[in-house]
Amino acid sequence: MKLLYFAWIRVKMGVSGEHIDPPKNIEDIEGLINWIKQRNPVSNEAFSDISNIRFAVNQEYVDIDHPVQAGDEIAFFPPMTGG
Amino acid sequence: MIRVQSADFDVGLELKKLTEGNHQIGAVATFVGLVRDIADKDTISAMVLEHYPGMTEKQLADIEYEANQRWDLNSSLIIHRYGHLEPGDNIVLVACASSHRENAFDACHFLIDWLKTKAPFWKLEETSEGGRWVEAKTKDDIATARWEK
Repeated sequence: MKLLYFAWIRVKMGVSGEHIDPPKNIEDIEGLINWIKQRNPVSNEAFSDISNIRFAVNQEYVDIDHPVQAGDEIAFFPPMTGG
Repeated sequence: MIRVQSADFDVGLELKKLTEGNHQIGAVATFVGLVRDIADKDTISAMVLEHYPGMTEKQLADIEYEANQRWDLNSSLIIHRYGHLEPGDNIVLVACASSHRENAFDACHFLIDWLKTKAPFWKLEETSEGGRWVEAKTKDDIATARWEK
């Protein structure tokens, strides 16, 4: 599973992305976030306010209950500010 | 056509290419977004636009396709820049060409409203107190929602 971080989430995490191999019982974005957070204080802090984080799975916007699986590209970012 | 690039663009040249050889086009509506030197009363010395390579192109192509489904356009163009920009620099160009103005105006307005809230870009403003991430605005969400069917 490939994780990507953008904008202030990238800054807080200190990396733009990482490859991970989470436990098999993780089924959706919410479960994945909870697993990411419990790894270390940096991750816990970066994901402390989920209401300000948006998600994409394989480059499509999804909700927090969207399923995740091995091989997915999962991105975390703040609300977009383009244009 | 969509382009995501760090380089600047020439609006006149792009419009010429968009309409060249197609004499069905009677109207071109354009929107050009520029970097301002002030935001929330603070002086902005520069702006850094971050994006999600791959997803950006995919999302822009999808929304351009939708605009062409909803309005009768002869041609359309979205150019969105990323990277380090300074006040006065171009950020984005949306251009829609049609036989008549209504379709061109509406499609152009739809596309820029959508880009504000749904295109995977994030702006970092450089101020005298350091960099700060631009927060999404509720009024932009409302503007985008207006176009939902």
